[in-house]
Amino acid sequence: MIHQYKLNGYNIVVDVYSGSVHAVDDVAYDAIALVDAGVAREAAIDQLAAKYADHPEVTRADIEDCFADIDELTAAGQLFAPDIYADHAFDFKNRSTVVKALCLHVAHTCNLNCEYCFAAQGKFHGEAGLMSFETGKRALDFLIEHSGTRHNLEVDFFGGEPLMNFEVCKQLVAYARSIEKEKGKNFRFTLTTNGIGITDEVIEWANKECYNVVLSLDGRKEVNDRFRKDLAGNGSYDRIVPKFQRLVKARGGKGYYMRGTFTHYNTDFTNDLFHMADDLGFSELSMEPVVAKPGDPEALTEADLPVLFDQYELLAKDMLRREKAGKPITFYHYILDLEHGPCIYKRISGCGSGTEYMAVTPWGDLYPCHQFVGDPAYKLGDIWNGVTNTALRDEFKMCNVYARPDCKDCWARLYCAGGCAANALHATGDIHGVYEYGCQVFRKRIECALMIKVAENLDPELAKNAAPAPAQDDCDGCSSCAD
Amino acid sequence: MKHIQTLNTRDMAKSLQNGGCGECQTSCQSACKTSCGIANQPCEKK
Repeated sequence: MIHQYKLNGYNIVVDVYSGSVHAVDDVAYDAIALVDAGVAREAAIDQLAAKYADHPEVTRADIEDCFADIDELTAAGQLFAPDIYADHAFDFKNRSTVVKALCLHVAHTCNLNCEYCFAAQGKFHGEAGLMSFETGKRALDFLIEHSGTRHNLEVDFFGGEPLMNFEVCKQLVAYARSIEKEKGKNFRFTLTTNGIGITDEVIEWANKECYNVVLSLDGRKEVNDRFRKDLAGNGSYDRIVPKFQRLVKARGGKGYYMRGTFTHYNTDFTNDLFHMADDLGFSELSMEPVVAKPGDPEALTEADLPVLFDQYELLAKDMLRREKAGKPITFYHYILDLEHGPCIYKRISGCGSGTEYMAVTPWGDLYPCHQFVGDPAYKLGDIWNGVTNTALRDEFKMCNVYARPDCKDCWARLYCAGGCAANALHATGDIHGVYEYGCQVFRKRIECALMIKVAENLDPELAKNAAPAPAQDDCDGCSSCAD
Repeated sequence: MKHIQTLNTRDMAKSLQNGGCGECQTSCQSACKTSCGIANQPCEKK
């Protein structure tokens, strides 16, 4: 299976099952489409010769050469590669899985009252509550016990607002650090916070202990404050932005993301990303479509889709401009490492929810992921007795791209691995369903991300910027670029 | 090739033999939490 598209002046061909990406000229673009359509070779050559009759540089011999190149790539397994992975995907039912990540809901309460919150203002449609140290400690022990030989263990401090239970977060990190060496593990902590509770102590702790921090900000003040309000109805922007800036400045290059949500009210979300980059000085950015019920005023609509597509294209082109100017920004969904990205097992095994990744409530209950918390039908078990609803776990084990009939003909299937089970459930009533709106957004983002990669390879100005920086000795002691 | 430039990409079929160590992050870690994919996950195998 292949996917062809044109974007930003590039003709791009993606070979789905080999993972190959080709940048082609117009003749090759058309020739590949004819091969894909099954047109006989001589007829295809005739068609192209007629189409390019007004282009003297495109000779019949040239067209024949182009088809020879296509044949060569096909023989090398880089074009029209067959699907050789389906049988492996169905083996997954019998695989033994290890738990490698927990989303610790240390606080089912929040000091903001964001109207669009999928977690229902932090309470996940249930009681408010804080996780005790004993429960959190048991969750970390559960993770170690069920992680097999896996070395890196990921733990998110999530909520609600996790900093409303900061003392327990600190105690849990201290506990993990005290045992990780003897257990042969390496804990990687992530803090996701709305910023209200950030203090100098939090900054010092997060920058020392957290592998990543996710800082919630929707962008422009009026956009952020439309939803991200406190309990009294006051917007949070003025209180959180200076704290986020201090935290990021002190972070010393360690990982972070400014994470925003866009809704029907700000489909021009690139202006929010550019505000965060240009006015606030952040470079690591993420912006997510809102999770909302259809018909909610903030929910994204079908009519919004073309606007969103334009926005994603605009963002990609602007990121290239910034890269050329030597001031690049990162957009989470445009990160692609074509040479050292996920192996095929990762690509066909699904997102890992309910098997490798679980959410833990303040009371120690286990759910497939944070988006299922609060739905009793999706309770897997608890951290003391482990996964007791094994039938549900097995259902999630098989919840991958090959288990979703709607994904069969999708070119992006090995970039998304089947997508989000929670989104699928909310959209279709079935975790094996497909949230088509999300798929359309996802495919657009991947097209843009691949275009950026093509540009980085083909545009000499970008290739120049990608050249390694000179050794420090060559700089005569000047450190002006270190800022 | 005159008409086609192929980017360097990981060989998916080959990764069937040498992949699967499982050390990579799960998809919903880090930044998104609501609309995940796996394409932007780095491979941890050195």
